[in-house]
Amino acid sequence: MAFTRAEKRYNVRVLWLSLGYVVLLLGSIYYLKHYAAHDEIDWLVAILPALPLVGLFAALGRYFVEETDEYRRMLTIRQALVATGFTLSVGTIYGFLESAGLVGHVESFYIALLWFFGLGVGNCFNKLIDRGGEA
Amino acid sequence: MKNRLKVLRAERDWSQGDLADRLEVSRQSVNAIETGRYDPSLPLAFKIAELFGIAIQDIFTSPSKEN
Repeated sequence: MAFTRAEKRYNVRVLWLSLGYVVLLLGSIYYLKHYAAHDEIDWLVAILPALPLVGLFAALGRYFVEETDEYRRMLTIRQALVATGFTLSVGTIYGFLESAGLVGHVESFYIALLWFFGLGVGNCFNKLIDRGGEA
Repeated sequence: MKNRLKVLRAERDWSQGDLADRLEVSRQSVNAIETGRYDPSLPLAFKIAELFGIAIQDIFTSPSKEN
């Protein structure tokens, strides 16, 4: 399946943002471990790894705007909706389990990673719905 | 939504890829429309109709008249 121009641009953005995430995450961990001074710089350094993840959400939004192939755009929107529903459901269920003291606490940034996993679930959902459609 | 896209395309001896190129969409989109898995937007339906030089209702069957 050939990528549309908008998909190619999206993939390039995701690649750079993912690379930025890894670099900033490692840098942030290193700084906070060795140079943390409990000042406002710590806040800035702690937030830095989150920015590429926020960028990934923005990149998806930009893809929706740039994609001219309406069917492909619909597929990606459905994929994102499934990811959102999946993430909210897992997060809600886990929250109740945590409140009941049955499971341990999980850092909230894992919700973003869960959503990206949900995109994979959404992709499977798309393939399931469209199975047998390709001629 | 049922449609005559496959027939119209075959009459012109176009592949799905040929039609996709003319409509500036992916082959996957043409396939989805042809098989009724995706209903095109009004602008795309007009584009399809203009490409074949016929009215929209001569390509797509109104859902109310399908049965």
